[in-house]
Amino acid sequence: MMDDFWWITTGLKVLFVLIVLLQVTPIMVWVERRGSALIQNRLGPNRVGPLGLIQSLADALKFIFKEDRVPGHAYKFYYFLAPLISLIPAFMTFAVVPFASSIMIDGREVVFQAAEMNVGLLYIFAIASLGVYGIIMAGWASNNKYALFGSLRSTAQMISYELSMGLSIVGILMVFSSVELGEIARGQGEILFQLGPFAIQKWGVFIQPVGFFIFLTSVFAETNRLPFDLPEGESEIVAGYHLEYGSMKMALFFMAEYVNMFTGAAVVSTLFFGGWQMLPGMPLILDSLGFTGMTHEWTRVLFEHLSFGMKVAFFMWLFVWVRWTLPRFRYDQLMDIGWKFMLPLSLVNIFVTGMMIYWGVL
Amino acid sequence: MNSKTVEIKDRKNMKPLDEAQWPSQFNLTVDHDPDDLWDDSRIIVNIGPTHPAMHGALRVVARLNGEIIEKSYSEFGYTHRAKEKLGEHRTYHQFIVYTDRLNYCSALMNNIAYAMSVERLMGVEVPTRAVWLRMMCMEIARVIDHFICIGINAVDLGAFSYFLYGFHQREEAYTLIEKLCGARLTTSYARIGGMAYDAPEGWEKEVKAWVERTREVIDEMNVLLTDNKIWRKRTEGVAVFDQQSCMDYSFTGPNARAAGIDVDLRKAQPYLYYSDVEFDVPLGQNGDCFDRYMVRLEEIKQSLNIISQCADRIQKGPIWSEDKRVRIPDKEVVHNTMEGLIHHFKFFMTGFQVPPGEAYSAFEATNGELGFYISSKGDSMAHRMRIRGPSVSHFQGLNQMIEGSYIADLVAALGSINIIAGELDR
Repeated sequence: MMDDFWWITTGLKVLFVLIVLLQVTPIMVWVERRGSALIQNRLGPNRVGPLGLIQSLADALKFIFKEDRVPGHAYKFYYFLAPLISLIPAFMTFAVVPFASSIMIDGREVVFQAAEMNVGLLYIFAIASLGVYGIIMAGWASNNKYALFGSLRSTAQMISYELSMGLSIVGILMVFSSVELGEIARGQGEILFQLGPFAIQKWGVFIQPVGFFIFLTSVFAETNRLPFDLPEGESEIVAGYHLEYGSMKMALFFMAEYVNMFTGAAVVSTLFFGGWQMLPGMPLILDSLGFTGMTHEWTRVLFEHLSFGMKVAFFMWLFVWVRWTLPRFRYDQLMDIGWKFMLPLSLVNIFVTGMMIYWGVL
Repeated sequence: MNSKTVEIKDRKNMKPLDEAQWPSQFNLTVDHDPDDLWDDSRIIVNIGPTHPAMHGALRVVARLNGEIIEKSYSEFGYTHRAKEKLGEHRTYHQFIVYTDRLNYCSALMNNIAYAMSVERLMGVEVPTRAVWLRMMCMEIARVIDHFICIGINAVDLGAFSYFLYGFHQREEAYTLIEKLCGARLTTSYARIGGMAYDAPEGWEKEVKAWVERTREVIDEMNVLLTDNKIWRKRTEGVAVFDQQSCMDYSFTGPNARAAGIDVDLRKAQPYLYYSDVEFDVPLGQNGDCFDRYMVRLEEIKQSLNIISQCADRIQKGPIWSEDKRVRIPDKEVVHNTMEGLIHHFKFFMTGFQVPPGEAYSAFEATNGELGFYISSKGDSMAHRMRIRGPSVSHFQGLNQMIEGSYIADLVAALGSINIIAGELDR
């Protein structure tokens, strides 16, 4: 199995995923700044390059050339380790997300997914929750009260919301009887019901609307974005856990946040919006192009990439949109929502889904 | 006082000693005094003076239990510039620039209030046009200040866009002010006995157009935040200051009105032509952050009404009092006649003399009662100059307001009572 072909294809896939993930941060910084400007009747960065697109590069350069100062009161070892520990899991989680279906090359199937793991979703949860260690470490190592507050808030938030997040997708797992993301994405290609010329696919959001909302909210909380950005809470605890960080170390936390967002958006798209399943209308375009053989296959894969990319981009924009619209929750309110509202709701959701599967509705 | 004894074990044989055998220095008794802020069993957090939520340079020292503030005390004075003392060493006209820096969000308000205080002491009457102009300026300043207050309050609670919607209108208002006096923030527009410059041709029309646009923006802001569930959760019942507490701490202005105290000097002792225009005084009920926000939002609307009424009624005419004592000689006279030149020289070098006496004049500034107490001994400088900034009283109430609430509520409370370090520290 692990012959040259396997090594080459897997290597290429890993390279592709890494390159995409590395591009996420600069692009999202630009989107965030221009998007907030759009929402707030401002211009935003528009001087560096066309539409200010190279602004992120300038920002990155600034981060690299800034003095890497370590505060005297920090615990050096953990202080250095913390940004890495939050960044690496962020990169690792994307491994099991499929970004297109498969293609036959030389009679062998190549799946567009860096790692085809049968534990799929569980892997994502396992690795994503490692990221919080970086935040705890940062808060502790900074030896600063505000940073400690930030990391404590983050810990509590992650634990509370991971529960409802995990439970919210149980419904999906029950319906598709798999935790492998590729399987789930493939399962969503089925036709749920025909509405005249439009075929409604079996997307997760149609069969698990409640689960979708709980999951989306939890993703907001897990990625520390407004209205759940309490670990940073700029006006309350200054910058939270990365208060004592500067230059590239701070940029690493930044990158981790955006990569987490990207993974979150990708998982939401995969579980609830059909993943790489083509957007409505796309199959028609594909057919009308009239390609055959490998050209047709590669165009199909390209279209699937495009559909997946557009779904993810929509959720990334949603993150930005919500951030610049809503105020922030208070710590106790956040906990209340997590434990008293979302957790019972997700349990009810599982129960209802179970009943419906038992009765054969789903 | 409840005390707890810390048990120290003998480390060698790990067998606890009898209490009688303890060396005296081991007999540690840690006192837990709930009234002592510096009780070392809790985390003490220094919030400020360089904390982003501390508007200006304020400092709150809070003893926390988890995220709840058990006890706190606050400090101010980081931007003290001895304004009151300076008032005793500057002529009456020279002091106008210092009033700009009191509440820098509504500099016009302070300028005009100060000029009116001196005028009252001297018994100078200003012509009608100047009075209408002053009223418009004061209300524009009120709108600007309230925009900043509710906007910054929203920023502190995480809603940044809301702030910028208001901020845009504020910049437009500054452009209007710039047309009056050439300055945007620190205006120094009022003069004792009149205004520095007349409003340009068609200024009233521009103001009315601005009023219309601002009304739309206010509606937009209202839609965005007032019925937002998160905003409600963060502000309703937070940092409650009831009527009695407001009385105790001599709260004035919107903060007192939010608790339902009907105090507005524009109604209670009308100055300028406030008795001639129609406006309502919005009152809250609970005195929480939400009421303070709503009262301010409503006051912006009322101020806009006043501005448009003033813009309708303002007439052409002189903007200077005829009183020779305070009137700055015309440039025409100064440049062409010897007497005029001497008058001008004396006026600006030594200033004019204010008859002996003392007066406290209070005005309804954006944050509450802004008062100038001026005591004169017939000199061209005040014998004593005291200023009552409303923020001082409000800041004293902060500790009581936030006791037992979350650290995030401190930020909300501080933003909602609109502490301006300029008028707090003076």
